[in-house]
Amino acid sequence: MSKYDKITTNAAGREVPQVINGKEAVPFMGVGKFRPTGRKYALPISTCADYPADGNKTLGSIREALERCGLKDGMTISTHHHFRNGDLVGNQIFDAAAAMGVKGLTWAPSASFECHSPLIKYLEDGTIHHIEGSMNGALGKFTSEGGMQGMGVLRSHGGRYQAIQDGDLHVDIAVIAAPTADAFGNATGDRGPAACGLLGFALADSQYADKVIVVTDNLVPFPCVPWQIHGNYVDYVVVLDKIGIPEKIISGTTEITKSPDRLLLAEMTAQFCDEAGIVRDGFSFQAGAGGTALSIGIYFAEMLRRRGMKARFARGGSNKYLVKMLEEGLVDYILDGQTFDLEGVRSMRENPGHLNTSPFTSYNYHGKGNFASMVDVVILGATEVDINFNANVVTHSDGYLLHGIGGWMNCLFSKCVILPIPLFRDRMPVIREQVTTICGPGELIDVIVTERGIAINPLRTDLIEKLKGSTLPIKTIHQLKDEAEKICGKPALPVLSDEFIAAIKWVDGTVIDAVRKVII
Amino acid sequence: MATIATTGNKGKGIRSDCQVTLELRQSGGIEIRLTSKVKVMYGESILTLCNHMFRFYNIGHALLELDDTGALEPVIAARLEAAIRKLTGSTLEFLPEMLPQNSYHTEKDRDRFSRLYLPGNSPSLMINAGIHKPNGIILDLEDAVAVSKKEEARFLVRNALRSIDFYGAERMVRINQVPAGLEDLDYIVPHNVNLILVPKCESAGQIAQVNQRIEAIKAEKGISGNIWLMPIIESALGVLKAHEIATSANVVAMAIGLEDYTADLGTRRTNEGTESFFARSMVVNACKAAGIQAIDSVFSDIADMEALKQTVLRSKALGFDGMGCIHPRQIRVIHDNFAPDDAEIEKAKKIVNAFIEATDKGLGVVSLGTKMIDPPVVKRAQHTINLAISMGMLQADWRNEFMAV
Repeated sequence: MSKYDKITTNAAGREVPQVINGKEAVPFMGVGKFRPTGRKYALPISTCADYPADGNKTLGSIREALERCGLKDGMTISTHHHFRNGDLVGNQIFDAAAAMGVKGLTWAPSASFECHSPLIKYLEDGTIHHIEGSMNGALGKFTSEGGMQGMGVLRSHGGRYQAIQDGDLHVDIAVIAAPTADAFGNATGDRGPAACGLLGFALADSQYADKVIVVTDNLVPFPCVPWQIHGNYVDYVVVLDKIGIPEKIISGTTEITKSPDRLLLAEMTAQFCDEAGIVRDGFSFQAGAGGTALSIGIYFAEMLRRRGMKARFARGGSNKYLVKMLEEGLVDYILDGQTFDLEGVRSMRENPGHLNTSPFTSYNYHGKGNFASMVDVVILGATEVDINFNANVVTHSDGYLLHGIGGWMNCLFSKCVILPIPLFRDRMPVIREQVTTICGPGELIDVIVTERGIAINPLRTDLIEKLKGSTLPIKTIHQLKDEAEKICGKPALPVLSDEFIAAIKWVDGTVIDAVRKVII
Repeated sequence: MATIATTGNKGKGIRSDCQVTLELRQSGGIEIRLTSKVKVMYGESILTLCNHMFRFYNIGHALLELDDTGALEPVIAARLEAAIRKLTGSTLEFLPEMLPQNSYHTEKDRDRFSRLYLPGNSPSLMINAGIHKPNGIILDLEDAVAVSKKEEARFLVRNALRSIDFYGAERMVRINQVPAGLEDLDYIVPHNVNLILVPKCESAGQIAQVNQRIEAIKAEKGISGNIWLMPIIESALGVLKAHEIATSANVVAMAIGLEDYTADLGTRRTNEGTESFFARSMVVNACKAAGIQAIDSVFSDIADMEALKQTVLRSKALGFDGMGCIHPRQIRVIHDNFAPDDAEIEKAKKIVNAFIEATDKGLGVVSLGTKMIDPPVVKRAQHTINLAISMGMLQADWRNEFMAV
């Protein structure tokens, strides 16, 4: 099976394959243009006759569970990333699979982290054929340099739910690491030694995988409540000594920035939102996990406090700053997709206003609406933006695939999408003639805030009108690009191979771009 | 003479800089080993620059190792020039383009609430310094530069003066203590420095030496325009000589440096500043007697904004017109608290208004109610109004509203 086949040019003007890892793929047709048909994926019907009546589904080891699930060559195993860089389960699954001598597996994590770099050896020896999820850090480098046998597939959090729900991504075995669970398989993330808050990223896996294994280091007597994952979806439960490293589960990007440059970006962004009339009583916002985004939340909080207003809801990644807003009454609800620190975990456990959400409720494009499009303003990052406001979050300007998409693509449907980014990082200009990889079409990206000026997408005449006469430095995207190049020099474009190594799926499952192999 | 020289910086936490190791050879042509995090984008242009510089200095055979963390072109050029001149003794200057927007001059009595210190050998901090809008930016050749890096920092500071846009901040350099610092002047005076800080100043004679050297360079290079001086008083003796220093030519402001001063007294610096009350009062008094600005020391705890605020308020109450900062986050606190408060603005509005009305009526004497107002009071009130407008605390057309009341 070739990695890919049938190259065509999609509606974003990018060359993409129409066959990926032997499966048909639809090229991107434009925002909202692809119409899905057919019915959702359904798993085989099971019967209680095959499950212990006393509800005890525990087995002795991951390997035993994989064997009982019938693991064989070519299957797809999924995992979630709520433990972030503190995950101790992902690698063990493939240690077991390799020990069983299984080959050609697909790993479908909701995201990968640096702690998964040991899996490179299984990509090299053929235990794992390819990854569908994200390829970060060392895994990204390995993929970029052409090391993976198959073609990598990157999806957004919502895109992953869509793909599993629609049957684009068939999961044979889902392994759900759970901070607390009972022997029946009910599981929760809000308590236990490896508490991570919630398990929303594993929802699709629990609902649609043929077989589901829950792995925990904190087995409690039935019933485990709250049951974020229902035991009725679960086949087996495995108890290990330790499934995660708590201090690494808490992500490193959850402190507000001390960098004066980033604080300035945050302040300018907050001022922009204010002048655009976005910060008002009952508004809603989402800020990512980065230090700049967190700081914007602090500025929002200050404005609301000063004016005696409050936000209706904030979308998480939750963290202590957001929790403080909730507890201070500056926001009614946190609709949380993942908790970034222990305060977030505590709040989710204790505060009824702190709700756990999933990629189904928040992001799934093939649903009957989702939360993302209802948010007034979302603050996101990007590695590059081009003069047509297209943005890239997965590759660097040298062509290397280094980051996942996360919920980024899904958040682009918010009413106002703002990217606060430095005009250049060291000597790397962020605004380019053309992005190395398109992850977000420019028509969905409204504002670029840099420390040297703010560019508003010409499509947003309403925002341009509102910001007339502002003291903020409003410029065109071309002016910003020129300014960066005056300081840094005009950057040469990376020379990349003709060969593709990964595909970027849009929120509707179509292929928006494909990433080329780097030339070493 | 040595044949190998290393300049610049690399290592943990170093960004936007490069380290250059240059070996002059007898044969073999030019060999450049480039490691760069921006090689894909700028590798070719970096090589072009280096080869151009080798031709400029007439060097035909050399091994250059260039370890780059995203240094801008003028930074790479400064590092390489420092290495080449160290090895060859050449006095030729390889100058980057002088940005047209860097040619502004500053007024004697412009605002100097904040002046941001930047280590003269750390390019990463220089590039974005101007976007934080301090009144002045100080490229520091003195205490913030290690002794072994003094020479190469001069090239970097010179190139920064030419090629980095500080967005209207007053372009300042702190030279080394006189007499060693006199040589620093050669690297900055021709490149439109607006103001020079003269550290550890203890006599008018030192200022005279600085002025003399500046005049000599200006004459030689045919440069016009003022170059202001800000002596820093940092010793017991300096405090006693404050007035003669403050009244020296081209001195527009005088600062106090409390770390060195308290060390000289054999005491410790406290937030309350009782130990330096005399010195600070002396400096303020000398400055006011000389008609120049009095500038307070830096506040060194960059995390404690509340203590900084209290220090600024005390400083303003003592008569200081500004203070130093060592982190951009301090700028806002300093500006906000040196700014006139509401009561000051209200009073100033009344005075200025009375002055304008008196002038309109052709009256020689300005009075407010039953009180006569002296010209210096009007001048100070006008200054307060200008400040309030420039800081966005007052509309430029405030009189319309004022008259309507």
